[in-house]
Amino acid sequence: MSLGGRASLGSRISLGSRTPLGSRMSLGDRISLRGRMSFGSRMARGVLGIITVLFFIAMIFPFVILISGSLMGKQELSELFGAVFSGQSGQAGFRLFPMYPTLRAYVRLLLDSPEYFTAFWNSFIQTAGVLAGQLLTAVPAAWAFAQFRFPGKRVLWMLYLLLMLLPFQVTMVSGYLVLNTLHLLDTRWAVILPGAFSTLPVFILQKTFAGIPKEVTEAAQIDGAGPLRIFFTIGLPLGKPGIFSILILGFLEYWNAIEQPMTYLRAEELRPLSLYLPQMVNTETAAAFAASIVTLLPALLLFFSGQDSLERGIAMSGGYSGGGENG
Amino acid sequence: MILESRTRMSARRRREIRNGYLFLIPSLAGTGGFVLIPFLDVIRRSFLRAVGNGFVGLENYRQVLENEAFCLAAGNTAGFMAVCIPLLLGMSLLLAVLVGRIKVLRYQMKAGFLLPMAIPAASVVVFFKLMFAGNGWLTGVVTHFGGTGKDWLGEGSAFWILTACYIWKNLGYNMILWLSGLLSIPEEQYEAARVQGAGEWKCFLYITLPQLRETAFVTALLSFVNAFRVFREAYLLAGDYPHESIYMLQHLFNNWFVSLDIQKMTAAAVMLVLLTGGILGAGEWYEIRRRKAEERRI
Repeated sequence: MSLGGRASLGSRISLGSRTPLGSRMSLGDRISLRGRMSFGSRMARGVLGIITVLFFIAMIFPFVILISGSLMGKQELSELFGAVFSGQSGQAGFRLFPMYPTLRAYVRLLLDSPEYFTAFWNSFIQTAGVLAGQLLTAVPAAWAFAQFRFPGKRVLWMLYLLLMLLPFQVTMVSGYLVLNTLHLLDTRWAVILPGAFSTLPVFILQKTFAGIPKEVTEAAQIDGAGPLRIFFTIGLPLGKPGIFSILILGFLEYWNAIEQPMTYLRAEELRPLSLYLPQMVNTETAAAFAASIVTLLPALLLFFSGQDSLERGIAMSGGYSGGGENG
Repeated sequence: MILESRTRMSARRRREIRNGYLFLIPSLAGTGGFVLIPFLDVIRRSFLRAVGNGFVGLENYRQVLENEAFCLAAGNTAGFMAVCIPLLLGMSLLLAVLVGRIKVLRYQMKAGFLLPMAIPAASVVVFFKLMFAGNGWLTGVVTHFGGTGKDWLGEGSAFWILTACYIWKNLGYNMILWLSGLLSIPEEQYEAARVQGAGEWKCFLYITLPQLRETAFVTALLSFVNAFRVFREAYLLAGDYPHESIYMLQHLFNNWFVSLDIQKMTAAAVMLVLLTGGILGAGEWYEIRRRKAEERRI
């Protein structure tokens, strides 16, 4: 086997063959076939790399367009996109970067659109309420499913799974009936309460908690720690990535919730951003791009401040409970 | 002596049961109060007449099943699931293998792939309109090459646009799930296989795939949940009555709700719960049998 025999042909990417078989190997080393780097497989590698990069560009392209649109002036936007959004004749133009970049759209949005702020605040309250509720109910429930054996557990677990799988529209009527009886329709609670009892976070967190070895909790028990103490001093700290990831996922879900507020809220002044934004796209396109960017900022901040935890949390729910991998 | 330890055991066991329920109760109370108990009312209503509360047996169910809109929506939803979930699972697995090989900028890559998850539906819609409207970019490209453009969202192509949107949104999340599964496979197995002369493809087929079972199950389940959520984009893109190729059950329920057609809604909801529950139950039964068979083998 001529290892790197044709290395003169260019980049010596057969680096993998020289890495020691230690534990700190990237997945690339693990699945690639080391020691057999022919020219063909190096070509294949290059092609795969290019495919990955193309994938990547396609994924972030819409985001780039939104940013670029938010930095355009009213005139430029109307010239380029007027055909699509305000019924002007002609064809939508394409421009990757604004010709006359300006922050005016942001300024206008922040200074004189009070409705946007009301909607922003509504979204915030609604999301925070749901997340607080999920912390109080889903986290202990996931702990119960992961750490205790009790009669009926299997049935209840299946029930939770079923509730997780059903789309909102199926439980919409039952939700409506309760909220109506409790006189909660058209209040913030109408979105917060059903969301707080969502079973999806229970499902995601259960795997994380189940990854905690029984010996750890049993040792604590022998030392005389009660169940609450074990939950707070062992469960919560070890389950932190999982909890963090259900919070981020929950945030994205309820920050963007459309069906729930659409069904349970009639009052204009309670409408969250997710319902206000589409309206804006149709009426004030110039500000809509900036508004979309501002809307996704909180999600983005949360996202990047916790990418590690999020990844680890998602990964844990996928059946592998170990550390994350970040090369 | 033995008796004593046995009673102590059972006291411990009782404590465990009690503690388990104590941790579960906040969630169970909420789910019970907001979903389970009201759903009993939904079941009751599904057998009643709209006005006057008379018992009508399965009449509501018959009406739903004979409803053309329901058949269209149910078929579309099933078709959408059948196309987009396998497509997403395959693409994200491929991507996970690709990204797993990359040595530079991997972290940033993953961030980029996860980014679509964070973009609000309304913003996504702005982009999709620019892209696929009758006078949007796609039409521009097509006319440039001598074709004729059209309103891509008003035709059968809407189905594929929605599929693309779903894949774009969920690709990163699924990729991370697959990556975690890939990483949990011990490296020694690959080493051993390679020593015996197995190629890369064979390694993937006989080592990687079988051990991704559990990951595949979770990923498929979450993809299913997320497939229903694509309604947001569909609704914002095309409103209450989109092109019939993307008229989903969610649209139908929404329209029934607006027209206060509660009888049809309750009957359809009961049927959907039975269907999902049935599939879930069958899966569980199969899994239990498989596990038992495995235990016997050992």
